[in-house]
Parts: sequence; C-alpha cells; structure tokens
Amino acid sequence: MGQCKVIDARNTFCPGPLMELITYMKQAKVGETLELLSTDQGSATDVPEWIKKVGHEMISSEKVGEVWHIKVRKAK
Amino acid sequence: MRILIVGGGTGGTIVANNLARRLAGEVRAGKVRLTLISDTDRHMYQPGLLYVAFGQMTPDQLYRDEASLLDPSIDFHVDPVTDFHLGRNQVRTRSGKTHEYDLLVIATGARIVPEEVPGMSEGAETFYTEEGAVRLHKRLMEFKGGTVAMVVSIPHKCPVAPVEAIFMLHDFFKARGIRDKVKLQYKYPVNHVHATANVARWAKPEFDKAGIEYETLFNVKEVDPVNKVVYSEEGTECKYDLLIAIPPHRGMEMVERNDLAQGGWIPTDRFKLTMTGHDNVYVIGDATNIPVSKTGSAAHFEAEVVAENIASMIKTGTPVREYDGRVYCFIEAGYDRATYNAFDYVNLPELKPPSKAIHWFKVAYNKMYWTTVRGLL
Repeated sequence: MGQCKVIDARNTFCPGPLMELITYMKQAKVGETLELLSTDQGSATDVPEWIKKVGHEMISSEKVGEVWHIKVRKAK
Repeated sequence: MRILIVGGGTGGTIVANNLARRLAGEVRAGKVRLTLISDTDRHMYQPGLLYVAFGQMTPDQLYRDEASLLDPSIDFHVDPVTDFHLGRNQVRTRSGKTHEYDLLVIATGARIVPEEVPGMSEGAETFYTEEGAVRLHKRLMEFKGGTVAMVVSIPHKCPVAPVEAIFMLHDFFKARGIRDKVKLQYKYPVNHVHATANVARWAKPEFDKAGIEYETLFNVKEVDPVNKVVYSEEGTECKYDLLIAIPPHRGMEMVERNDLAQGGWIPTDRFKLTMTGHDNVYVIGDATNIPVSKTGSAAHFEAEVVAENIASMIKTGTPVREYDGRVYCFIEAGYDRATYNAFDYVNLPELKPPSKAIHWFKVAYNKMYWTTVRGLL
C-alpha cells in the first residue's frame, strides 16, 4: 500500500483521460490504486460513472487549480 | 555521429529521410552516419486496411518496398532487433550483428493482441491486419442480414477508426440494398460514442440519423464464439451474427522483453520525446506512452520534431522545438463524406460538418502518403 501510480492525462483530448485510465486499470493488479490527472472537466463525472458501473472503488476526486486528481482502486 | 533508427514504419521512415535531407552535407563528409533497421523490407500504409475491408482498395495497394522510400544515403538493414543495450549504446539483431550508436530513435510501433480477450480471435473479425481486412470483406459480401456488432478494446490504434467503420458499414449495406435487414450495434468503452467530446458530439446525431444503435460503457470482457454472444466488463451482453472487434494493442514484444516498456509502452517525455532516463534515446509513434492517439499522424508530427532537433543539435548544439501534441486525422463519415479532427495538447478539436470535398482529399491523401514518408509532404 502507499504506492500509487499516477496517470498524467493533462491537456489531452484523444483518446482522452478516461480511456487512459481504463488502459492502465486493465494492467493493474486487484487492490492497486491509480491516480488520474486530468484537465478535462468531463472526467469529474465520467470517471465515477465508469467506476461505479464496472464495480471498482472510487477513493477521492478533487480539483487542485485546473487539474482534477481522481484516485481509484481496482476492485476486481 | 552515429544515428540509429529502429523501425521502418511511418515514424522511423520520416525521421530517417528528414535527417538525410537536413544533414546531407554532414553525411557526405562522413561526420554523420544514418542507419535504419526494420524487421521487414515492405512498408504498409495501415489506414488503407479500412478500405480493403470495404472492397475499395486491394492489399497490394497498401505496400511499397521500404528501400524505395528511403534516401540513398541511409544505410538500411532488414534484420529484426532482438536486444537493446541502452547502457552500452548498442543494439543487437537477429543475424547476430551489433550496431553501435550515439543517438537512437525507437519507432517500433504497436501490435494487436486479440488473444488477450477470451474468444475474440475465434469469434470476431477485425480490419487491423491484411488477412483480417480481406476476411472481413468476404464476410461482409456474404452477409444476408442480422446483427452486426462492433466492439472496441483499449488501447487501440487510430481512435477514430471505429466511428469511420460503423458509418462505412451503414453505407456498405445501403449500397447492397440490405440496410433494412441489418441491425448495426456499436459498443464503446467510455460514456460517449467517442472518447473525444467534440467527436462524440458530432457523431451521436449522425448515428441517430443512420439508425446505428449504440451502447456506451461497454468494455469487452469475453466473446462466446459458439453462441455468438459478447460480454462486457460492466455486466452487459450482446448477441451478434457478425462481430467486428477493434482488438486491444500492445507495444512490440521485443521492446517488452528488453524491459524498455511499462505495459507495452515506452515511458517518454511528452515534449522532448526522449525516453525517460535516457537523453540520447528518442521514442516516437505508437511505441510511446504519451497520452495522444496511436496513429501515423502523431508519428509523423513527432518524427519531424525529433529530426529537426537532432539536426539542429548537430549543427548548433541546441534543439529547436518541442512536440506540441499535434495530431490531424481524417474521419470518413460514410462512402462519400468526411470530416477531420485536428488538435494538440492545448487546443480541442473543432469538427467541421462532413463534406464530399474532405472525403476526396482523404482519397487523394491515401496516394500522397508515399510522398509524406519520403519526407516531401
């Protein structure tokens, strides 16, 4: 625990921050925590919606300056 | 100065030709040596695969001899790289040769790995390989009616290809007079019909107009080829008669085997395009972990930046610019209309309404590509 992989998807549009997150979630081990950095306003709603639907765990979501920091844990 | 380029696709070929032009004097004087190593003597125009799937191009039109595309001053070897020794500035090839370098450019691309999804290889068609595109075309010509489902895996090359393909499927079945007998189902991994918000905003009403059904938040988990059902990670399923899959991609096996990559993608500075921890190693195109599209377009713009910077460093001791994330992609909106998607790290794509003019420009570009890789366009 304590280790958290950061996915820096700031200022990117295609394939987009959620796509990046899903890519790295596929590679992660169950229980691992990933932090997504995104400047896309949509990430604040898109990421929790996907996390809920697929059944992973949302840890936190906060905006620091212009950047969303979204932490999720792979649950399955 | 020995500059070694590994990979003879779009990115590697453009870097090599661009350097040959910029450093012609230095190469002639024997101060610079340019070497390109590829695992094949042929160069494929990969975007043409989509047209092969719809019978609009034949496979032979996708290829040129790599040697014919390269400036004669480039020392070209067809000899797959097996080992990278970055600490010693060396790579080894299958023939047993060792190539030493001062600067290395890695442009090894990506590969499809449908085998990572249970049942995908057996149950789905794909247009991401020559064999796959030819087979899909046959299946489409034989198709009499039913459900055609398209599923999209992550990550994948060319994020607009699924949108183009579904619009072309609509026009293909319309042209065959059986569109009313075909249900088109589009399944996409994120909450919109495309990952880029502006592309999704444009595509959704076009889907509705064309009667294309869609489900978002559908990440492919498994294909059951016997019962013809595809299942999502999110717990939904779809029955199909013909399944077209955009398969998941990974970086090249040899790059992974040499521990250069994390999850298949080489850690790369998104502005300088140098490999993390190695200032004399550049990485471009699909091989990088940069969060931009895996496309020839990104590789093209990255290759130009790397070549300009290397040439400038040799001539003046300083690089000239950084990669700004620029990508330009055509988006076919059917058989005779297209739009385009142009963006960089800070500027969002703004899509124009599709037009015949843009479609014909894309058709022309399919032939002009060969001038792009020669470094002329």
